Order: sequence, then structure tokens, then C-alpha cells
Amino acid sequence: MLGLNKKDFSLLLFVAFLAIAAPFLLNPFPASSSLSFLNAGYPALMQLFAIFAIVLIGFNILFGLTGYLSFGHAAFIGIGSYTAMWMYKLLNFNVIIAIPMAMLVTGIFALLIGWISLRRTGIYFSILTLAFAEMAYRLSYSVLTPITGGETNLSPDPVNDPMVLKSEGGLTVPHLFGFDLNAKTTWEVGSWSFTFEAGYYLCALILIISFYIAIRIFRSPFGMMLRAIKSNNQRMSYTGLNTKPYMLAAFVISGVYAGLAGGLLVAMDAQAGAERMFWTESGTIVIMAILGGVGTLLGPILGAGAIKYMEKILSSISESQLHTWLGILPDWLEDAMVYILANFFVGHAWHLTLGLVFMLVVIFVPGGLVELGQRIGNRFRRKKPDTAPSGETTPAE
Amino acid sequence: MGILEVKGVNKRFGGLQALGDVNLSVEENTVHAIIGPNGAGKSTLLNCFVGKLIPDSGSVMFDGQSVLGRKPYEINQMGISRVFQTPEIFTDLTVLENVMIPCFAKRDGAFRMHAIEHVGSEAAIREQAEQMLDDVSMLDKRHMDASSLSRGDKRRLEMAMCLVQDPKLLLLDEPTAGMARADTNNTIDLLKEIKDKRDITMAIIEHDMHVVFSMAERITVLAQGTPLVEDTPDNIKGHPKVREAYLGEAQV
Amino acid sequence: MEEILQQVINGLDRGSAYALIALGLTLIFGTLGVVNFAHGALFMIGAFVAVLVSDLLGDIRELGSADDFFKLVQVVEDPTQTDFLGRPLSVETSYWVVWFGENFGNWLSDWSVPIAVLISIPIMIFIGWAMERGLIRHFYHRPHADQILVTFGLAIVLGDLIRAMYGANPIQTAMPESLSGPVDLGVFLGYDVGTITYSSWRIVYFFFSMTIIAGVFAFLQFTTFGMVVRAGMADRETVGLLGININKYFTLMFGLAAAVAGVAGVMFAPIQAPSYNLGMEYLVPCFVVVVVGGMGSLPGAVLAGFLLGIVQSFASLPTWKTSLVERLGLDDGNLIANLIIGVDQIAIYLIAIIILLTRPRGLLGRKGVMED
Repeated sequence: MLGLNKKDFSLLLFVAFLAIAAPFLLNPFPASSSLSFLNAGYPALMQLFAIFAIVLIGFNILFGLTGYLSFGHAAFIGIGSYTAMWMYKLLNFNVIIAIPMAMLVTGIFALLIGWISLRRTGIYFSILTLAFAEMAYRLSYSVLTPITGGETNLSPDPVNDPMVLKSEGGLTVPHLFGFDLNAKTTWEVGSWSFTFEAGYYLCALILIISFYIAIRIFRSPFGMMLRAIKSNNQRMSYTGLNTKPYMLAAFVISGVYAGLAGGLLVAMDAQAGAERMFWTESGTIVIMAILGGVGTLLGPILGAGAIKYMEKILSSISESQLHTWLGILPDWLEDAMVYILANFFVGHAWHLTLGLVFMLVVIFVPGGLVELGQRIGNRFRRKKPDTAPSGETTPAE
Repeated sequence: MGILEVKGVNKRFGGLQALGDVNLSVEENTVHAIIGPNGAGKSTLLNCFVGKLIPDSGSVMFDGQSVLGRKPYEINQMGISRVFQTPEIFTDLTVLENVMIPCFAKRDGAFRMHAIEHVGSEAAIREQAEQMLDDVSMLDKRHMDASSLSRGDKRRLEMAMCLVQDPKLLLLDEPTAGMARADTNNTIDLLKEIKDKRDITMAIIEHDMHVVFSMAERITVLAQGTPLVEDTPDNIKGHPKVREAYLGEAQV
Repeated sequence: MEEILQQVINGLDRGSAYALIALGLTLIFGTLGVVNFAHGALFMIGAFVAVLVSDLLGDIRELGSADDFFKLVQVVEDPTQTDFLGRPLSVETSYWVVWFGENFGNWLSDWSVPIAVLISIPIMIFIGWAMERGLIRHFYHRPHADQILVTFGLAIVLGDLIRAMYGANPIQTAMPESLSGPVDLGVFLGYDVGTITYSSWRIVYFFFSMTIIAGVFAFLQFTTFGMVVRAGMADRETVGLLGININKYFTLMFGLAAAVAGVAGVMFAPIQAPSYNLGMEYLVPCFVVVVVGGMGSLPGAVLAGFLLGIVQSFASLPTWKTSLVERLGLDDGNLIANLIIGVDQIAIYLIAIIILLTRPRGLLGRKGVMED
């Protein structure tokens, strides 16, 4: 169906289901329950899940298929954001212009940066991409202030900006042909409360389309060539194939995905700042990819969700909450535990937990969540007498 | 006029003269062996044919066109395929995919942006690759990961990847290096079989005289970067100059 | 001319820090083949050893600051002094003063940073040893990407550990009083008084790092240990075949590299007040330094470190930039003019890109390193 085999199609359906049903799936606890802090079904957070999933799908086309580790991918998110913002400022708030323009401009930058960076391989490539991203970040923070807003983020100014396509009294928030993306409806079911937002569903729709295109790329001859480059670059050129345009195409595609995500960020919240391009952001993208499972179709989406979820939950846990949970312990132990947890692992210090989890994943499950799932699945299956031989090999799931 | 014409090729690495005034002509549809003691410049010469090295002076003409200054992939597109000392294959891919990639390269050229088509819909390419695997009797292994093949099978697969492109010239860089006698004999049989089935020119660099004398129709002996003699195997055997070059190296 | 000289000198302290960090990175990469993204964190930890030691020694100029994590001070209420509500004021006195008298106690806290250098060496060697044994060792045979990723994770963990202890704000650490003033270097070179001045601590830092660099090179040149290490950098397999237990050397090597980064950080603390992300801040330029110098080349790392430090210092010099903008006839708001003015932000990255494209293996790099 849709040019996919059965397995891929069910994967697509699975992702589509996750995306569409997210407001329910991520809100399993009633608002009044003590576990409600584990809920993540808020539009703002779900948007981030979807948007970073898109970044990661694109990043995976580069890193997962070709093995080239870009350490500057966040720069493309930033470029996409700024472009979309300028479309608001110059033309109007319709995202149907802003998002495609964000992709186009990011694509041009990716072409340029990729063309230069891809002259080198291995760590040299990583350093070059890092250097470009650092330059973009530093310039946006300092001398490019007229374009980027510098330290005060760039945001639209309905009074002074030209906005030449904006009709009289037109919307001054991001919209799709006049349909406000912030429009929400809330369902109250018992003590549950589910919020549906137009903006989130736009992200979800784009996520599903992005994922579909990624599957097509993975299964195409082009995707096969990229895997071949990762496997043996030398044989590739002695087979009569010019690896350069293949790599460049992969780089630009993954850059455009990031630009699309940058545009979407601005479509959800009309402001853009340079901190989106900082190299730790690029590092987070790498972490998400590894955590989920590089080179697999589903992994990066899971990785993006897992990290963003961890960020939200861990940073929201407060000291008093810890005290309630650990109340059964003797007082001195409770205080010591709360002190350690609050200062080192949750709240402001959640990055430490992230770093630890990331290290553990790299050390013990280099294949990330997908590999973990497979291992658990295998353990499960082994208990039953299973006759199917595992010799059948399938390329990257 | 041979299919590969090498004229006056020189190559220096720093102070070392790796190749000195090499002249060589490989006739179409022959098996031409290039032999010589260690450090004679055999591999350097081969690298000059495939675009990995550029000679300091001289010319290398293939099929009437110069190969100098062209990239390895361009030279492959002209019709030269290369087999490496240790088999170079795509270890992360399946055997079938390994053979399909050269088919794509042959059909679509050095680059084509076919990112949306499904590999599975390329029936013609698949058939061609399967046919080739059948020819080297590896069809039953087509869904295996290439990394899990035995060494002999990896060599076979690499040959298949080269042959499926139907090259005019096949370059073999010590194809039996490090192989046991039985494997070596299998490789010789495979090469002979290939030679019988199709019109193909082969240039072999080889250490193993058993391989050379059981296959080659012409032999060039290289010593210290310069060709000593070029002749038929029978005349090479017992040639005084060759004895001199190999003194103590191997029994000719 | 004076101005150029002044900028060269200004670039030296940053260049020294780059060179020392890059030296350790290269040692680790050259011998162990590991790309250590946590190396900046070692520099940062060194700087915090300085903070810790100066707290322990009761930093007299910093009494009462909020960041006293381990401060050895006696707090006494002094009825002779009162705050604005008339309550007696608590006065902090360093225990060292209480124990050893005013002179020695104050001397200790004044010279806390140089003392911290001595204390940091065993600490850093231990940290390096623990890192190699506990983590890095298991990654020798894993792909470079995995090494980068796990050490990147470690860098995050170490940085946030320090943040959890010391907070997010930079912490000032004082240099010894007698070394805090400026020195008029111009006078020595025959210029007028005041043309070329430089902080004496920075001069100390430069000579200190030159000594460390010279020491490391001498160590590698003249000791058996160094011989094995150099042989290992040239050809690891052969050294392994010689029957030398290279693992023992690797651990020591890592400890040495950690110590070099650590003392570089200790001495740098008075120049730049350290915060938890100091490591990350220096890691990125230092990778650029290593790559520009040529992966695996020790002299390359040192050369590129100083070179990029000086380049950065030149790029921040306003005079040539304004005159260039004027000569090009650009007005203030112009984008190109802005880019020229802001070139100090990006200078080392520009250099890195240019060098990597024109000299793929860096300034002094060898063939075939990290090109798989």
C-alpha cells in the first residue's frame, strides 16, 4: 500500500496512530491524581515531540544511513526558524508560505555547508559541521542582530513590520489560511481532560508525511546507495558511483527536515532565538538518535520523544514532591535521598540524569531503545518453543 | 593496438622511483599477467590504471581514451572493473544488494536521484543480479549478509559485482593472496570459467606463479619499476633476466 | 608595530590554555586512538580544584561569598561591629589564621592557586586513571563514533556534577596579590612606558604552560616510558607485538593527559572565573586546534594552540577592522561591515575551515589518521 510493503505500512500506521492519539495516550492519569505530573498530553509538549521527531527522522537519513556524524544539525533548525519568522514579518502569518520557505532557505544553506564539509570524512566532517554551526550561533548572537534579533529573540511586530500580504485586520498569530493554529478544544471525560489543538495536529500530519517519505527513501535505490557508502566507500567509487552527490543529497535532505522543524517551531510559537543553534542542541539531537536507535526507522522518533519527555518530567519534579514519595523512609535517609536527588538528578540538574542515561545506552545497548525492545522481545520469545529460524536477515527496520 | 596502452609512465614518491618508463600493451580478450618481486611497482602501476594515482609523466590509454586525471568512478564507467587483494564488498548489505548496486551503476551512471522508487520495483535489475549470482553459484545465499560469507565466497561475490557490469577490462590485484591451495584452485577455475563464457580482457597482478602460468597468455615481468620482458609464458619460463630478477625470491 | 606586539602577547594566555588542552587530547588520541570529548571537562575540573583549594585555605578576599562549598572558616559574632539593625555582625576568620597566626594563614590563602597546582596533580591523575579504567578502556575496540558519544555523555555528567555542587554562576578565584598587577613589557623592548602592558599573572601562565609543554616533551623524549608512548603513537600494533604491556602505559598516559589539562585549568581560574560549562566552552575550540594542528601530532597541537590563540586576539582588535570598513566605504548598518566587526567571534572556525580544506591533514598531521 502506498508503495510500501506490509511491514513498513504497518509501521507507518503505528506512527500515525501514535501521532493522532497522542492527546489520549500521553494523558493516562486523571488530572487530580498524584501521578498526573507524568502526563505529557499538553499541546505545547506534544508539538515538541512531533517537531523533534521530524528533526530526528531527517538526521537519521544522514547519520543512520551514511554514518556521517553531523555535530551541527541544530544550525538548520535555527535557520528554518529565522526564515519562517521573516516570512511573517515581510509577508503575512500564513504558515503555508513560512514553512516551505523555511525548507527552501535551509536547503540552500545545507547545500553550501554540505558541499564544503563533505570534502572530508570521519571526525574531520564532524568538526567542520560543528564549526559552521558555531559560526552561525555566534554570528546570530552578535553582529547579525539586525537579522536575528540577537539576545532578545526575534519576534514579529505587527505595527512596524511591512507584512505586505496581510489583509486589513488579518490574524497576527500564525495561521493556516486564516485558521488560527492556537485553536483548541478540550474534552472533559470524568476526571480526565484531553486537549486538542490545531497546531499540534498540523505537526502530527507533517510528521506522518515526513515519516512516510523517510520510509520511501530507506527502501529506495538511493537509500541502498547510502547504506553502501557507509559500508564501503572505496568499493563504491570502484563500482562506478560518484559518492559525492549521493552524500550531498542525503545531507541536504536531512537539512531540509531540520529546516521544516525550525519552521514548525515558529508556526507554533512566533519567536526565534539563537540558542536553538547552540552546539549542545546539536549534541542533544545526536543523543536522541543514539538513544532511540540509529539507522532504524522507528528509533529516532522514540528517542526524540523519550528525551523530551524525560526533560519535562525530570525538570518538573520538586523537592516537596520527593519528600512525599520518600515519606516512608526514616527521616535521616529521606532527607539525604531528597538532597541528593534534588541537587543532582531532577529539577535544574536533570541534564546529569540525561548524560548518565545516554552513557549507559552507549555502553550497554548501542542499538538504543529499538535494540532494547528487540532483546526483550527475544527473551520473551525464547521461553516459548519457537521454530522460526532467526537466520532471515532484514535490512534496517 | 591493445585495449590498454601504457606509454612511458613514470612515478616518483619523494626520492623513490616507483615506476620508471613503463611501456605495456594489453591485447583485447587476453589474460595478461604482471609479475615481479616485492616492491617492483606492480600495485603502483595498477593504481595508475584505476585513477587512484596519477603518474608524473606518460600516458595510459584505455579503449582509445586517456584515463589520466579521471576519478576512479569515471574510469569504472569507461569499462574497467577492479578486484582487490582482500575482497572489498558492502559488508552491511545482503549478497543480492551487493550485486544490485553495480547493476544500478551500469544502468543509471555515476549518480541518479532515485529516492522515491522502491528497490523492489526494479525487477530488471534484480533479475540481472540474480542471474549473475546464479552464474557464480551463489544464488542460494542471496539473502545472507555479505559479512557472514566465507572468504572464498566473498571473493566470488566481489567477482560477481565486477562481472555484472560486463567490463571490458577486469583488473585483478593478487586475487589469491593468502588463500589455501584449494581456494586458489577454485579461484583459478572460476576465472577460467568466466574467461570461457564471455569476451573479457583480464590483467592480473600475481605473486603465485602457479596462478600465473595456469592462466596467463602474456606475461610482463616488472623489476624495480621497469618492465624487464614481455612475452608468452613459455618464453618467460627460464628466461635469464627473469631468473636474475627473482634470484632467491621464488622458483620459476 | 606596538599594537601588533600587544595583540600577539594578548593571545598568549588563551593560546597557552588551548595548547595544553590540545596536547592532552592529542596524547590520548595518538596513543589510545580515542577521541576524548570529556577532555574539556578535565580542564574545568582543574579550575574547580583551584576554587576548592582556595575555599579550603580560607580565601581572605572572598569571605562571605555564597559559593563556599568547603570553606574552613570560623564564624564569630563580633559585638564591636553591628549591622544597620544594631545586631552584632558575624565575622568570618579562616581557621588557618586561627591555627597558624595571621601571617602564615593569610599567605596560604593568598597563594592558594599555586598551591592548588600541587594538590591538583594527584587528584587529576586519579581522575584520569579512574576514567581510563572505568570507561575508556572498554571502548578501545568500539567505533570512533561510540567513543565520541560516550565521552560526550561523560562531559555532560561531569559538567552537571560541578553545577550541582557549585551552582551555575562563574566563581572568582584570586591570584596571589603580588602577581595581580600589570607589567610594562614595552620598556624591555625599548618602547615608551605604558605602550605594551600585560598582566603579570598572564605572563606567569604563559611561562608555566611553556614549562609544562617542555616537561611533557622531555618526558616523552628521554624516558623509557616516553619512548614506548612515542613508538605506540607511530605504530601501535608493533609495540603490542614487542610484548610490552601497553595497557599499563595507556592508563598512565591518560593520567598524564588529565593532569596536564587539570593544571592548565587550575592556573586559568584567576584569568577566567570558572563555571560548570567552562569545559564545553574550551572543548570546541580545542578540537579545532587539534584538527588544525593535525590529528596525532603533538608539536602540531602546541603550534596550532598558540596560533589560534593569537589569531583570536588579532581578530578582536578593533582598529584594523574599523579601518577596513572605512576603506571599503561601508556604513555602520551594513551587513558586511557587521561581519567584519564580528570576525573575532568566528575567526578560529574560519581558520579551521580554511586549513581543513587546503591542508586536509592539518598543519603537521600524518597521512591516514582518522580517515576511515
